[in-house]
Amino acid sequence: MNTSVTLKKLVERFPGSIIETHSHRGDDTAVVKKEDIAAICAFLRDDEALRYNFMMDLTAVDYLGREPRFEVVYHLYSLQHNQRVRIKAGVSESDCTIDSIVSVWICADWFEREVFDMYGITFKGHPELRRILLYEGFEGHPLRKDYPLKKRQPLIGPIN
Amino acid sequence: MGLITRKKDASRQLIQQPGDPAADENLLGGNVILTKLQEVVNWSRKYSFFLYPFVTACCGMEFMSVAGPKYDLDRFGAALPRFSPRQADLLMVVGTISHKQAPILVKVYNQMTEPKWVFAFGVCAVSGGFYDNYATVQGIDTLVPVDVYVPGCPPRPEWSLTDCSSCSRKSPRNVGPIGQEARHR
Repeated sequence: MNTSVTLKKLVERFPGSIIETHSHRGDDTAVVKKEDIAAICAFLRDDEALRYNFMMDLTAVDYLGREPRFEVVYHLYSLQHNQRVRIKAGVSESDCTIDSIVSVWICADWFEREVFDMYGITFKGHPELRRILLYEGFEGHPLRKDYPLKKRQPLIGPIN
Repeated sequence: MGLITRKKDASRQLIQQPGDPAADENLLGGNVILTKLQEVVNWSRKYSFFLYPFVTACCGMEFMSVAGPKYDLDRFGAALPRFSPRQADLLMVVGTISHKQAPILVKVYNQMTEPKWVFAFGVCAVSGGFYDNYATVQGIDTLVPVDVYVPGCPPRPEWSLTDCSSCSRKSPRNVGPIGQEARHR
């Protein structure tokens, strides 16, 4: 399988949604518009030549001072074709939401909750979007670059 | 014959220094020890700690070394870890305590009966250590009163043993009369 097949098919299928693609030593990356993320993921999973059936990682990056500020990153793997692709979708601070892909890969559930927990990005359509690692009552999102380094959270009381 | 002579000497001392407890003991020729009931109880407690290992992180390996045969905490009477806080009197907090873990630690502490002592094992339990971040409690003394702080990442077993024995030296001071034991803090 040629390394550029994935990107070529993506650009053919979603000409208006792919902002940028690059491929370096078999490392394919596509920067896409966040509005079409669920459709793109479903296409990557279902297309006969691609079959990205394993969502390996879903995370986010905070580029403070840049627009869009956040970038949600998806790492996909095709067990069938032994092929990987990275999808990036920019999310601005003013509209800090993106569509959930739990309907495409069920394993995205906890990844999306973690991103919500750490970055405060809301995943629209997620079945149960609440904090996963931190506790209810935690103020702020600690992996945002503007989270104060010395900020202390109030201690939580005994669970009864 | 010698015994009678000692008694004579002792009675002479008693006359010279009335009220001296040492003289009182001399009077009895070293056959009887005078003490208070509370002191006996405390003395027996001193080397019979029942510890509750609250082990959350890598310090646990060092704690196992302390409790194991080589360094042998048993020599100080703290042989038997109790896995119910209700049966324990020494809370060993071994490792990092996160904010999510904090309520559990407080609950365990509250379940222990008086008299009780808290042992902060390692820098994370002492002050948060290098986990100066959003998730870690900056020292367990923000949650429960701590009797002994053992810094180190992890502490040497020798330090823990030294401090465990200092904890046992400390114990009688902190315990009030039987039946009305009050926390020192």
